[in-house]
Amino acid sequence: MKSETEKGFDGLADGEYKYGFVTDIESDSLSPGLNEGVVREISRRKQEPEWLTEWRVKAYRHWTTLEQPTWAKVEFPPIDYQAVSYYSAPKQKIDAPKSLDEVDPELLETYEKLGIPLREQEALAGVVAVDAVFDSVSVATTFKGKLEEMGIVFCSFSEAVKEHPELVKKYLGSVVPYKDNYFATLNSAVFSDGSFCYIPKGVRCPMELSTYFRINAANTGQFERTLLIADEGATVSYLEGCTAPQRDENQLHAAVVELIAHKDAQIKYSTVQNWYPGDKDGKGGIYNFVTKRGHCRGDHSKISWTQVETGSAITWKYPSCILKGDHSVGEFYSVAVTNNLQQADTGTKMIHIGKNTSSTIISKGISAGRAQNSYRGMVKVVEGAENARNFSQCDSMLIGDRCGAHTFPYIDINNPTAQVEHEATTTKIGEEQIFYCNQRGLDTEEAVNLIVNGFCKEVFKELPMEFAVEAQKLLGISLEGSVG
Amino acid sequence: MEKTMALLEIKNLHASVAGNQILKGINLTINPGEVHAIMGPNGSGKSTLSNVLAGNEAYEKTQGEILFQGKNLDDLAAHERACAGIFLAFQYPVEIPGISNMYFLKAAVNAVRESRGEEPLDAMDFLDLVEEKKKMVQIRDDLLERAVNSGFSGGEKKRNEIFQMAMLEPRLGILDETDSGLDIDALRIVSDGVNALRGSDRGFLVITHYQRLLDYIVPDFVHVLVNGQIVKSGGKELALELENEGYASWNGEQQ
Repeated sequence: MKSETEKGFDGLADGEYKYGFVTDIESDSLSPGLNEGVVREISRRKQEPEWLTEWRVKAYRHWTTLEQPTWAKVEFPPIDYQAVSYYSAPKQKIDAPKSLDEVDPELLETYEKLGIPLREQEALAGVVAVDAVFDSVSVATTFKGKLEEMGIVFCSFSEAVKEHPELVKKYLGSVVPYKDNYFATLNSAVFSDGSFCYIPKGVRCPMELSTYFRINAANTGQFERTLLIADEGATVSYLEGCTAPQRDENQLHAAVVELIAHKDAQIKYSTVQNWYPGDKDGKGGIYNFVTKRGHCRGDHSKISWTQVETGSAITWKYPSCILKGDHSVGEFYSVAVTNNLQQADTGTKMIHIGKNTSSTIISKGISAGRAQNSYRGMVKVVEGAENARNFSQCDSMLIGDRCGAHTFPYIDINNPTAQVEHEATTTKIGEEQIFYCNQRGLDTEEAVNLIVNGFCKEVFKELPMEFAVEAQKLLGISLEGSVG
Repeated sequence: MEKTMALLEIKNLHASVAGNQILKGINLTINPGEVHAIMGPNGSGKSTLSNVLAGNEAYEKTQGEILFQGKNLDDLAAHERACAGIFLAFQYPVEIPGISNMYFLKAAVNAVRESRGEEPLDAMDFLDLVEEKKKMVQIRDDLLERAVNSGFSGGEKKRNEIFQMAMLEPRLGILDETDSGLDIDALRIVSDGVNALRGSDRGFLVITHYQRLLDYIVPDFVHVLVNGQIVKSGGKELALELENEGYASWNGEQQ
């Protein structure tokens, strides 16, 4: 029998997946299956230059030599990569929308349901510029004009290939090479779109840039690629949100995100991942195999990852920082929530190469139901990295007694001047805490929300305002509908 | 004149914890405006009584009836009892890391208001209420901003409990050994806070081991709880008697 605490948690983490709707929209998809011809066809449909086609093909050929990795603490049946469709684009009357007026109204409605009123955002002199990726294709980018005036490029990946091929060619694969790992290699072969962003020298991006990813079509994999470059002295804050419809079969998501921070540049990258997690019995849900890596290329550069992971049946994700520049800084703040049969194996890698580099890792894992939640992190200090510093804190919270929390820290230090600290705690949400909240008038669901939010506070405070609110809502802090 | 409804009526209450029978037939009636003290030795069931009244699920009511303002408490979960106006000042208030005292209280105040069909307080009105109430227990501003009870001293925790009670304005305040761990100054401040909350429509159940607290919070009735039963009831002078004679004779009778 479930304890009161678990019942309370059910209401917040798995209640109703409110993004589970399917948009009835015609799409132009490739039939399922993967071979070199499919890779070339994707490239042809996107009218890509030959160098990119060849890059994809090289990746595909390499992929065929690889085995799917098995080291993560996740279990799932073998994936039939031939049963997945590798390209799906919403069919539109006009090939590429020039403005929002040309975007299919039904698509816009979908985004409104998701809480991203593109139109409104364009109208309001707002704070967020959004690039929305629907299935495989980027459908609308807001605030483009305003950003262009400052020399900022923020567009879909396909558009960047056409408009800024020199930038794409220079940076694509420079952080995550096409041979990097099984899923990144697959992505390199078949990625269909994504977001591209370039902040020129000395420019401080005046608004949050945001991408929303949505998988809609059935049996479709989503393989987007994000490339973000902050040139010398530039600053940018980037947000990423994800949802998918509720489907009984598993859907594959294998994205790659590459960040490059030049001298004195700062990148803050925040994710609220809410892919469909599957139902109570573990049926359906997204397989989320994502490679995210940032390269602090210049001195005094800084890359900060913040992630709130609540969705997906399986999460396999390690946003990392390569601290190459002297005095560069890497940060990783993470909340990962798993419930029912969800499995998450997530963490980070901090690779200290430059002198006087520092990194911070704060990870909060929350596990309920029969879920398994693992933190896997590596701190590596190479021989020449004088005075590297790292602080890691990994806290786990268990709700109920059928779930698991695991911590796998790897520390590889090759320089005696390094200072590395690692702290880890595991707590069980206390019946006494819940009763205390109950006695003050809060029902069990609210009580659990409150306690969980308190536990995650150090991470939430790193999120930009709008996202912090969204993240708290995701954990169910809102009293909406819970009393009465 | 029409007889007013009792605030709390406990009839033949039996309760157990982890299979051990602790309360063995308690009868007690508290009318609005009255302060009742329950005194008894360790292990007599004082804290069990307060937890059963507040609806802690770790405690099982095995027999009897509890009516609160005429309503059977069996039908109400712990948070509903709180919303109905039962407040328990805990003997050992728990810590909730990461949630500020103010945030917690605002959630609590608004949950109680919502249950009464009242509009939630906005930030400004809430702050006004805090300003008004915090003087009662001389609670420092920094304690309001800190996480709930985290790093509070024993006295600060107890003051915080009374502050919460003042904010939530319950019908029945249950003080579970609020005096334990308090020095004389803190005891006076806490007692002044409770006395300021006394009123014709509010009742108190003050649970204590020592007579000392009752010098400050003067009760209308005193009950002696021994081995899960009320063995004697009387006026405030009964507390002094106990102070002189101790509980030994009662324990003796039971054996």
